Amino acid sequence: MAFTNEQLERYSRHIILKEVGSKGQKKLLDSSVLIIGAGGLGAPAAMYLAASGVGTIGIADADEVDLSNLQRQIIHSTNDVGKAKVLSAKETMEAMNPDVTVNTYRTFVSSDNIMDLIKDYDFIIDGTDNFPAKFLINDACVMAKKPFSHAGIIRFKGQLMTYVPGQGPCYRCVFKNPPPKDAVPTCKQAGVIGAMGGVIGSLQAMEAIKYILGIGDLLTGYLLTYDAINMEFHKIKLPTYTHNCAVCGDNPTITELIDYEQAECDGVL
Amino acid sequence: MTITVAGVQKEYEDGINVAKLIELEDVETPEYVTVTINDDFVDRGAFESTIIIDGDNVEFLYFMGGGH
Repeated sequence: MAFTNEQLERYSRHIILKEVGSKGQKKLLDSSVLIIGAGGLGAPAAMYLAASGVGTIGIADADEVDLSNLQRQIIHSTNDVGKAKVLSAKETMEAMNPDVTVNTYRTFVSSDNIMDLIKDYDFIIDGTDNFPAKFLINDACVMAKKPFSHAGIIRFKGQLMTYVPGQGPCYRCVFKNPPPKDAVPTCKQAGVIGAMGGVIGSLQAMEAIKYILGIGDLLTGYLLTYDAINMEFHKIKLPTYTHNCAVCGDNPTITELIDYEQAECDGVL
Repeated sequence: MTITVAGVQKEYEDGINVAKLIELEDVETPEYVTVTINDDFVDRGAFESTIIIDGDNVEFLYFMGGGH
Protein backbone atom coordinates (compact mmCIF):
# COMPACT_ATOMS: atom_id res chain seq x y z
CA MET A 1 0.00 0.00 0.00
CA ALA A 2 1.41 3.37 -0.99
CA PHE A 3 1.44 6.27 1.43
CA THR A 4 -1.11 9.02 1.00
CA ASN A 5 0.18 12.58 0.73
CA GLU A 6 -1.10 13.20 4.23
CA GLN A 7 0.83 10.20 5.56
CA LEU A 8 4.00 11.33 3.79
CA GLU A 9 3.70 14.65 5.57
CA ARG A 10 2.60 13.23 8.93
CA TYR A 11 5.50 10.77 9.08
CA SER A 12 8.07 12.91 7.23
CA ARG A 13 10.39 13.21 10.27
CA HIS A 14 10.39 9.41 10.53
CA ILE A 15 10.79 8.73 6.83
CA ILE A 16 13.82 11.01 6.60
CA LEU A 17 15.65 8.91 9.23
CA LYS A 18 17.82 6.30 7.56
CA GLU A 19 16.94 3.83 10.36
CA VAL A 20 13.24 4.20 9.57
CA GLY A 21 12.61 5.31 5.99
CA SER A 22 9.39 4.49 4.17
CA LYS A 23 10.06 0.79 4.73
CA GLY A 24 10.25 1.27 8.49
CA GLN A 25 7.17 3.46 8.57
CA LYS A 26 5.31 0.75 6.67
CA LYS A 27 6.48 -1.75 9.32
CA LEU A 28 5.09 0.50 12.06
CA LEU A 29 1.76 0.86 10.28
CA ASP A 30 1.56 -2.93 9.87
CA SER A 31 2.49 -3.63 13.50
CA SER A 32 0.45 -4.16 16.64
CA VAL A 33 1.25 -3.38 20.27
CA LEU A 34 -0.79 -4.25 23.36
CA ILE A 35 -0.58 -1.92 26.34
CA ILE A 36 -1.74 -3.41 29.62
CA GLY A 37 -2.73 -0.56 31.93
CA ALA A 38 -3.84 2.87 30.67
CA GLY A 39 -2.14 4.71 33.52
CA GLY A 40 1.08 6.54 34.32
CA LEU A 41 3.20 4.33 32.06
CA GLY A 42 0.57 3.26 29.56
CA ALA A 43 -0.62 6.81 28.82
CA PRO A 44 2.60 8.24 27.34
CA ALA A 45 3.48 4.88 25.76
CA ALA A 46 0.09 4.74 24.02
CA MET A 47 0.32 8.34 22.85
CA TYR A 48 3.79 8.01 21.32
CA LEU A 49 2.91 4.72 19.67
CA ALA A 50 -0.27 6.23 18.22
CA ALA A 51 1.56 9.33 17.03
CA SER A 52 4.26 7.12 15.49
CA GLY A 53 1.70 5.32 13.39
CA VAL A 54 1.73 1.89 15.02
CA GLY A 55 -1.23 0.57 13.07
CA THR A 56 -3.00 -1.44 15.75
CA ILE A 57 -2.87 -0.60 19.43
CA GLY A 58 -4.65 -2.67 22.06
CA ILE A 59 -5.30 -1.18 25.46
CA ALA A 60 -6.46 -3.18 28.47
CA ASP A 61 -7.67 -1.65 31.72
CA ALA A 62 -10.71 -2.17 33.92
CA ASP A 63 -10.55 1.21 35.67
CA GLU A 64 -12.37 4.47 35.27
CA VAL A 65 -10.58 7.81 35.15
CA ASP A 66 -10.22 9.34 38.61
CA LEU A 67 -9.26 12.92 39.41
CA SER A 68 -6.17 11.65 41.24
CA ASN A 69 -4.95 10.04 37.99
CA LEU A 70 -4.62 13.26 36.05
CA GLN A 71 -1.36 14.43 37.64
CA ARG A 72 0.44 11.80 35.50
CA GLN A 73 -1.96 9.95 33.17
CA ILE A 74 -1.77 12.49 30.37
CA ILE A 75 -3.92 10.53 27.92
CA HIS A 76 -6.97 11.45 30.05
CA SER A 77 -8.41 14.92 30.59
CA THR A 78 -10.49 16.56 33.30
CA ASN A 79 -13.63 15.98 31.23
CA ASP A 80 -12.88 12.22 31.21
CA VAL A 81 -13.25 11.75 34.99
CA GLY A 82 -15.64 8.84 35.51
CA LYS A 83 -15.18 7.50 31.97
CA ALA A 84 -13.68 4.06 31.27
CA LYS A 85 -9.93 4.57 30.87
CA VAL A 86 -9.80 2.42 27.75
CA LEU A 87 -12.48 4.59 26.10
CA SER A 88 -10.79 7.85 27.11
CA ALA A 89 -7.44 6.48 25.85
CA LYS A 90 -9.00 5.36 22.56
CA GLU A 91 -10.55 8.79 21.96
CA THR A 92 -7.22 10.54 22.57
CA MET A 93 -5.27 8.18 20.31
CA GLU A 94 -7.83 8.36 17.50
CA ALA A 95 -7.85 12.15 17.69
CA MET A 96 -4.05 12.14 17.46
CA ASN A 97 -3.82 9.83 14.49
CA PRO A 98 -6.68 8.44 12.37
CA ASP A 99 -4.30 5.82 10.89
CA VAL A 100 -4.42 3.89 14.16
CA THR A 101 -6.96 1.20 15.00
CA VAL A 102 -7.45 1.04 18.75
CA ASN A 103 -8.81 -2.14 20.33
CA THR A 104 -10.11 -1.73 23.87
CA TYR A 105 -10.32 -4.42 26.53
CA ARG A 106 -12.11 -3.21 29.62
CA THR A 107 -10.90 -5.97 31.87
CA PHE A 108 -8.39 -7.03 34.49
CA VAL A 109 -5.70 -9.31 33.16
CA SER A 110 -5.90 -12.77 34.68
CA SER A 111 -4.76 -16.27 33.92
CA ASP A 112 -8.11 -16.77 32.15
CA ASN A 113 -7.78 -14.03 29.57
CA ILE A 114 -4.14 -13.00 29.16
CA MET A 115 -3.12 -15.60 26.57
CA ASP A 116 -6.07 -14.56 24.41
CA LEU A 117 -5.26 -10.88 24.88
CA ILE A 118 -1.61 -11.10 23.87
CA LYS A 119 -1.84 -13.65 21.09
CA ASP A 120 -2.47 -11.26 18.18
CA TYR A 121 0.06 -8.59 19.18
CA ASP A 122 3.69 -8.19 18.12
CA PHE A 123 4.86 -6.53 21.34
CA ILE A 124 3.42 -6.10 24.83
CA ILE A 125 3.89 -3.16 27.20
CA ASP A 126 3.46 -3.77 30.93
CA GLY A 127 2.02 -0.58 32.34
CA THR A 128 0.46 -2.19 35.41
CA ASP A 129 0.93 -1.14 39.00
CA ASN A 130 0.99 -4.39 40.90
CA PHE A 131 3.22 -7.44 41.18
CA PRO A 132 0.59 -10.13 40.50
CA ALA A 133 -0.07 -8.51 37.09
CA LYS A 134 3.64 -7.98 36.38
CA PHE A 135 4.46 -11.64 37.07
CA LEU A 136 1.40 -12.79 35.11
CA ILE A 137 2.43 -10.71 32.07
CA ASN A 138 5.99 -12.04 32.30
CA ASP A 139 4.96 -15.68 32.55
CA ALA A 140 2.36 -15.37 29.79
CA CYS A 141 4.84 -13.67 27.45
CA VAL A 142 7.50 -16.31 28.16
CA MET A 143 4.99 -19.11 27.51
CA ALA A 144 3.56 -17.47 24.37
CA LYS A 145 7.06 -16.42 23.19
CA LYS A 146 6.07 -12.75 23.02
CA PRO A 147 8.48 -9.84 23.55
CA PHE A 148 7.51 -7.33 26.22
CA SER A 149 8.70 -4.30 28.11
CA HIS A 150 8.55 -4.38 31.90
CA ALA A 151 8.59 -1.13 33.83
CA GLY A 152 7.95 0.13 37.33
CA ILE A 153 7.85 3.60 38.84
CA ILE A 154 7.66 4.92 42.38
CA ARG A 155 8.43 8.24 44.06
CA PHE A 156 11.28 9.73 41.96
CA LYS A 157 12.51 6.41 40.60
CA GLY A 158 11.78 4.21 37.63
CA GLN A 159 13.13 1.08 35.99
CA LEU A 160 12.60 -0.96 32.88
CA MET A 161 13.83 -4.03 31.05
CA THR A 162 12.91 -5.71 27.78
CA TYR A 163 12.30 -9.40 27.31
CA VAL A 164 12.70 -10.96 23.89
CA PRO A 165 12.31 -14.75 23.75
CA GLY A 166 15.69 -16.47 23.61
CA GLN A 167 17.63 -13.22 23.90
CA GLY A 168 18.08 -12.73 27.61
CA PRO A 169 16.58 -13.03 31.06
CA CYS A 170 12.91 -12.58 31.93
CA TYR A 171 11.46 -10.58 34.85
CA ARG A 172 11.25 -13.73 36.96
CA CYS A 173 14.96 -14.44 36.43
CA VAL A 174 15.61 -11.19 38.32
CA PHE A 175 12.72 -11.12 40.80
CA LYS A 176 11.86 -14.73 41.52
CA ASN A 177 8.45 -14.30 43.17
CA PRO A 178 6.13 -11.42 44.01
CA PRO A 179 6.84 -9.84 47.40
CA PRO A 180 4.21 -10.40 50.08
CA LYS A 181 1.28 -8.00 50.11
CA ASP A 182 2.28 -4.54 51.33
CA ALA A 183 5.94 -5.53 51.78
CA VAL A 184 6.97 -3.14 49.01
CA PRO A 185 5.13 0.18 48.76
CA THR A 186 2.85 1.02 45.83
CA CYS A 187 2.52 4.43 44.17
CA LYS A 188 -0.75 4.97 45.98
CA GLN A 189 0.98 4.50 49.32
CA ALA A 190 4.31 6.13 48.49
CA GLY A 191 3.51 8.63 45.73
CA VAL A 192 5.09 9.13 42.33
CA ILE A 193 6.19 12.25 40.52
CA GLY A 194 3.93 12.70 37.51
CA ALA A 195 6.65 13.14 34.89
CA MET A 196 8.20 9.79 35.88
CA GLY A 197 5.51 8.00 33.87
CA GLY A 198 6.42 10.22 30.94
CA VAL A 199 10.11 9.31 31.13
CA ILE A 200 9.73 5.58 31.63
CA GLY A 201 6.55 5.07 29.57
CA SER A 202 8.18 6.88 26.65
CA LEU A 203 11.21 4.59 26.96
CA GLN A 204 8.84 1.62 26.78
CA ALA A 205 7.35 3.05 23.58
CA MET A 206 10.89 3.52 22.25
CA GLU A 207 11.71 -0.14 22.94
CA ALA A 208 8.53 -1.26 21.13
CA ILE A 209 9.35 0.95 18.13
CA LYS A 210 12.97 -0.30 17.96
CA TYR A 211 11.78 -3.89 18.21
CA ILE A 212 9.28 -3.38 15.37
CA LEU A 213 11.87 -1.62 13.20
CA GLY A 214 14.57 -4.17 14.08
CA ILE A 215 17.11 -1.47 14.88
CA GLY A 216 19.64 -0.76 17.62
CA ASP A 217 20.17 -2.47 20.96
CA LEU A 218 17.19 -3.30 23.11
CA LEU A 219 17.24 -3.46 26.90
CA THR A 220 17.45 -7.24 26.75
CA GLY A 221 19.87 -8.50 29.37
CA TYR A 222 19.83 -5.19 31.21
CA LEU A 223 17.76 -3.43 33.84
CA LEU A 224 17.81 0.33 33.33
CA THR A 225 17.15 2.39 36.44
CA TYR A 226 16.45 6.11 36.63
CA ASP A 227 16.77 8.27 39.72
CA ALA A 228 15.31 11.71 39.05
CA ILE A 229 16.58 13.27 42.29
CA ASN A 230 20.22 12.53 41.44
CA MET A 231 19.44 12.72 37.71
CA GLU A 232 21.13 9.38 37.11
CA PHE A 233 20.44 6.64 34.62
CA HIS A 234 22.14 3.34 35.47
CA LYS A 235 22.21 0.28 33.23
CA ILE A 236 22.66 -2.94 35.19
CA LYS A 237 23.95 -5.91 33.21
CA LEU A 238 22.09 -9.13 33.96
CA PRO A 239 23.27 -12.71 33.51
CA THR A 240 22.79 -13.83 29.91
CA TYR A 241 20.79 -16.89 30.84
CA THR A 242 19.34 -18.10 34.13
CA HIS A 243 19.40 -21.89 33.95
CA ASN A 244 17.33 -22.26 37.11
CA CYS A 245 14.59 -19.70 36.27
CA ALA A 246 11.22 -21.20 37.22
CA VAL A 247 9.57 -20.11 33.97
CA CYS A 248 12.23 -19.61 31.27
CA GLY A 249 15.03 -21.84 32.61
CA ASP A 250 16.17 -25.33 31.59
CA ASN A 251 13.54 -27.17 33.62
CA PRO A 252 10.62 -24.81 34.21
CA THR A 253 8.54 -25.55 37.30
CA ILE A 254 5.92 -22.93 36.37
CA THR A 255 4.05 -24.32 33.39
CA GLU A 256 0.65 -22.82 34.15
CA LEU A 257 -0.24 -19.20 34.79
CA ILE A 258 -0.64 -18.09 38.39
CA ASP A 259 -3.11 -15.52 39.77
CA TYR A 260 -1.29 -14.18 42.80
CA GLU A 261 -3.27 -12.36 45.47
CA GLN A 262 -3.31 -8.60 44.87
CA ALA A 263 -2.39 -5.99 47.44
CA GLU A 264 -5.56 -4.58 48.96
CA CYS A 265 -4.76 -1.01 48.05
CA ASP A 266 -4.56 -1.64 44.33
CA GLY A 267 -7.29 -4.01 43.42
CA VAL A 268 -7.26 -3.01 39.78
CA LEU A 269 -4.65 -2.93 37.06
CA MET B 1 39.45 -3.13 49.18
CA THR B 2 37.89 -1.13 46.39
CA ILE B 3 34.57 -2.35 45.02
CA THR B 4 31.92 -0.85 42.77
CA VAL B 5 28.44 -0.59 44.26
CA ALA B 6 25.64 0.51 41.91
CA GLY B 7 28.22 2.03 39.59
CA VAL B 8 30.09 3.96 42.30
CA GLN B 9 33.60 3.01 43.51
CA LYS B 10 33.77 2.56 47.27
CA GLU B 11 36.26 1.48 49.92
CA TYR B 12 35.26 -1.28 52.33
CA GLU B 13 37.22 -3.41 54.75
CA ASP B 14 38.26 -6.83 53.46
CA GLY B 15 36.23 -9.92 54.25
CA ILE B 16 32.67 -8.57 54.38
CA ASN B 17 29.88 -10.75 53.04
CA VAL B 18 26.86 -9.74 50.96
CA ALA B 19 24.58 -9.59 54.03
CA LYS B 20 26.98 -7.15 55.72
CA LEU B 21 27.24 -4.98 52.60
CA ILE B 22 23.43 -4.82 52.40
CA GLU B 23 23.47 -3.52 55.98
CA LEU B 24 26.32 -1.05 55.40
CA GLU B 25 24.69 0.26 52.22
CA ASP B 26 21.42 0.75 54.08
CA VAL B 27 19.52 -1.13 51.38
CA GLU B 28 15.78 -0.46 51.32
CA THR B 29 13.60 -3.57 51.82
CA PRO B 30 16.67 -5.83 52.24
CA GLU B 31 14.45 -8.94 52.46
CA TYR B 32 13.44 -8.50 48.83
CA VAL B 33 16.52 -7.09 47.13
CA THR B 34 18.14 -9.00 44.27
CA VAL B 35 21.95 -8.87 44.23
CA THR B 36 24.37 -9.39 41.38
CA ILE B 37 28.14 -9.60 41.68
CA ASN B 38 30.07 -9.24 38.44
CA ASP B 39 26.83 -9.65 36.47
CA ASP B 40 25.80 -12.92 38.16
CA PHE B 41 22.91 -13.37 40.58
CA VAL B 42 23.78 -14.22 44.18
CA ASP B 43 21.23 -16.65 45.66
CA ARG B 44 19.47 -15.23 48.68
CA GLY B 45 20.59 -18.28 50.66
CA ALA B 46 24.22 -17.41 49.89
CA PHE B 47 24.22 -13.81 51.18
CA GLU B 48 26.11 -14.86 54.36
CA SER B 49 28.56 -17.21 52.69
CA THR B 50 29.44 -14.96 49.73
CA ILE B 51 32.48 -12.86 50.58
CA ILE B 52 33.01 -9.75 48.51
CA ILE B 53 36.51 -9.35 47.12
CA ASP B 54 38.57 -6.46 45.81
CA GLY B 55 37.41 -5.32 42.38
CA ASP B 56 33.91 -6.83 42.63
CA ASN B 57 31.06 -5.05 40.90
CA VAL B 58 27.96 -5.25 43.10
CA GLU B 59 24.45 -4.23 42.05
CA PHE B 60 21.21 -4.09 44.02
CA LEU B 61 17.98 -4.59 42.07
CA TYR B 62 14.75 -3.49 43.67
CA PHE B 63 11.12 -4.38 43.20
CA MET B 64 9.33 -1.45 41.64
CA GLY B 65 5.62 -2.11 41.43
CA GLY B 66 4.06 1.19 40.44
CA GLY B 67 3.00 2.20 36.99
CA HIS B 68 -0.57 3.26 37.04
